[in-house]
Amino acid sequence: MSELLERAQRILDSATGSEQIEVYLSSGVDTEVQAYQGEIEQLSSASSSGVGIRILREGAGGAQVGVAWAGSLSDEAIEDALREARDNVTFATEDEYIAFARPDGVTPALLDLVDPSVTTTPIEEKIAMAIELERMVRTGDPRIRQVDSANYSDYIAEAAIVSTSGIHAMYARSGAYVSVEAIANDGRDDQTGWGLSAGRAPRDLDISVAARDAISRSTRMLGAVKPASMKTTAVFDPRSSAMLFAIIGGALSGEAVVRGRSFFADRIGEVVAGDRFTLLDDPTDPRHFAASVFDGEGLACRRNVLIDAGRLKGFVYDTVSARRAGTSSTGSAVRGGIAGSPSAGCRALQALPGELGQAEILAAVGEGIYVESLMGVHSGVNPISGDFSVGVTGLMIRDGQLAEPVREITVASTLQRMLLDVTHIGNDVEWLPGSAAGQTVAISGIAVSGA
Amino acid sequence: MASSRVDGTLCEMESTLVEADVLQRVLGEAMGRGGEFAEVFVEDRSTASAVLDQRRIEELSSGRDRGAGIRVVVGETTGFAHTADLSEAGLLQAARAAAAVARGGGGGVVEIALNGLDSHRSTARTMPRDVDKARKIDVLRLADDIARSEGGSISQVQVGLGDSTRRFVVANSEGVYASDEQVRTRFNVSCVAVGDGGMQTGYRPLAATLGFEILTDEAVADAARAAARQAITKLDARPAPSGDLPVVLAGGSGGILFHEACGHGLEADAILKQASVYAGKVGQQVASPLVTLVDDGTVVGEWGHLAVDDEGRAGARNVLIEDGVLTDYMWDYLRARKEGRRSSGNGRRQSYQYLPMVRMTNTYLLAGTSDASEIIAQTPRGVYVAQLGGGQVNTATGDFVFGMTSAFMIEDGVITYPLRDCNLIGNGPEVLQRVDAVATDFSMTPGTCGKDGQSVPVGTGQATMRLTGVTIGGAAA
Repeated sequence: MSELLERAQRILDSATGSEQIEVYLSSGVDTEVQAYQGEIEQLSSASSSGVGIRILREGAGGAQVGVAWAGSLSDEAIEDALREARDNVTFATEDEYIAFARPDGVTPALLDLVDPSVTTTPIEEKIAMAIELERMVRTGDPRIRQVDSANYSDYIAEAAIVSTSGIHAMYARSGAYVSVEAIANDGRDDQTGWGLSAGRAPRDLDISVAARDAISRSTRMLGAVKPASMKTTAVFDPRSSAMLFAIIGGALSGEAVVRGRSFFADRIGEVVAGDRFTLLDDPTDPRHFAASVFDGEGLACRRNVLIDAGRLKGFVYDTVSARRAGTSSTGSAVRGGIAGSPSAGCRALQALPGELGQAEILAAVGEGIYVESLMGVHSGVNPISGDFSVGVTGLMIRDGQLAEPVREITVASTLQRMLLDVTHIGNDVEWLPGSAAGQTVAISGIAVSGA
Repeated sequence: MASSRVDGTLCEMESTLVEADVLQRVLGEAMGRGGEFAEVFVEDRSTASAVLDQRRIEELSSGRDRGAGIRVVVGETTGFAHTADLSEAGLLQAARAAAAVARGGGGGVVEIALNGLDSHRSTARTMPRDVDKARKIDVLRLADDIARSEGGSISQVQVGLGDSTRRFVVANSEGVYASDEQVRTRFNVSCVAVGDGGMQTGYRPLAATLGFEILTDEAVADAARAAARQAITKLDARPAPSGDLPVVLAGGSGGILFHEACGHGLEADAILKQASVYAGKVGQQVASPLVTLVDDGTVVGEWGHLAVDDEGRAGARNVLIEDGVLTDYMWDYLRARKEGRRSSGNGRRQSYQYLPMVRMTNTYLLAGTSDASEIIAQTPRGVYVAQLGGGQVNTATGDFVFGMTSAFMIEDGVITYPLRDCNLIGNGPEVLQRVDAVATDFSMTPGTCGKDGQSVPVGTGQATMRLTGVTIGGAAA
């Protein structure tokens, strides 16, 4: 048993009377290198750990819950957190649906999500990657005027969740990334583009891929113009479709559904998307960087199909939202670190790949707009009403080919409409950091607002 | 109540986070390895939050985070390490980790002399720790009741209340030695209204760098009512138009426009990397003569208020654009040092776990002389934006977007029907030139600014104003 799990178990032993306790401990080490003009601009390495405690008390009208956390695993911090949680619990409303997760018999997937070479790789090698990445971009094209930042970062993290209701889970994950942002200039205007490579350890990273992406994305936007407003087909690249999927995933959370905050509520079994569209949340797929053995309540993660060939199939639930909905948890509790309570959410979304590659989709679409980056997603998408309006940069599609660059435009529709209007799903799945993978996706009937 | 608070404060303030002689030894260790500059930032933050949803008090949460961040600068390189271990041994270990960037350093002992402590205290009247949790519950319930009383179409009300008490001490190898106590209180109401056309949302925040005294029954009720009415009004919303139209921004939340359209581009880190459209433009006319833009950390009580910044520099009022002419950028210690000048008090960090960088505080456009209602009356066709949500900017190109969360059509100088949520999109330098009227009704709004993965509280403000043309990203033809 790991040290973290033992520690969590000891805290659990302090439960008094009829109270229930859930203990979440996390611990991690991360390294970050920023290179600029051939030098290290920033180098930071840090370890951090913390505790999140939930106390639950059963009453006549249901259970109450109280929460406290601390950014330290010292005995004093843990004692304080226990005391605060015990005080907080008395103020919550009794609620018949509140409960901690109980073991549900689902076998955890056998996933190896830690590459120990994250910690054994010498820091000099990590620094060299950031500096080389910066150099490759700076010298890769005469139009690159500046490399805003070239970064290497990695982490290794573990978490333990135990509870008096029988939960006993421990999981770990490592990750390594390089990213770079380039500014290109053609003598008139500046354009930016960023590139990325991700893996579980430095040896998985391909800095030339990140460099090439940043160079091509920034240089091909040079000379971008604002086109006239139009209604057309938008082809989203893998990175921007991943953002779309993550937003849609938000509305497929059982939490949003039971709170009456999802436009998908009461629509199970209905056609909500084009028939080529199948969306699933599968943290057991190790290709996904967000893959996980256990969810935020310590239940085994599992593969959940949400939209099946266009038909709404199900939602993701944690324990409490599932109880409210009269169903059981789908192993989909997520928590935002030690300070957050678990809630239902998608962790590792992917759309099943279609048959066509990007070039074939562009050829099939013929005329339209190719979306390369989205801006203002947090301000322009309302996941409750489904209203969608985001800033984009990209390229026009003419005669089935990428044509001139465009900027300072928005694309608008509603998420409901967009899903139904999906016409093509690419086979070019890109595994990206974050909660969703992406691929080329074509959606018709999009309002483009320009000059 | 008031007297117990004074006693409590004295006790708290007497327990220094880390003694001065320890700070000196830690800085000496960091510098002894060849550092040119070293800094220790020790922070202790307590937070509490309470949430009401679906008429239930869902959960109260309390948190405590304590630790230190240490940085060492050598040439162009910054080394950084942080620790939750505030013992001298823990701090020395972090100092050595941060100093690892100074390869081949001497390892000698360097004596650091600190100035007298520049100590500040919160001006909050009712400190969070003195507020009964039951009193917080009352506030949540009041907001819920008021919002629901606005109409049967209100189907969901969520109310959040949070406070934080952040104490920090910062010391550096140049003798800076300062401490501050920042108390912040925030409250927000989110409503969902249901009508024939689906669901619509309303939102109203109330936040200040002050204590619980800001949550008077009247202020709470006003916010709840406003959030509910906004959701109900939007049930009749029609799709927003698309294309270029004149836009009238109501006083308050429109300040986010300046935060995004030029604030980020005036931060010295972007300037020094030539990653801003405003680089090299000091002294030039970059905006309409009606635009005077100020970043001001000294506005007591506003969400971005600070007595000293997270590098120990006093908060300041900095004029960035005066009558349309770019006068200066915002600076933190490191960027100012490169240019041989002083920080403008804009060095901020999310917590001890992060390096400071150039950040805005309270950024606002000074009020003008026009009458707000006349500005609307003199707009034949356009969009009136009553509330803006968040925004985003690409500082290198100046392109920005921001979301309208409450907007209306203006037709023949009269506000007519509500519009569905959508984004506005524009280019900072262009939009600044298009300000053609600024009214007198100045107000400010709290917000959270994210940059390179760090969030800090900021204030934005302006008076009602008009832009001659902005692209509206609506779905209507």
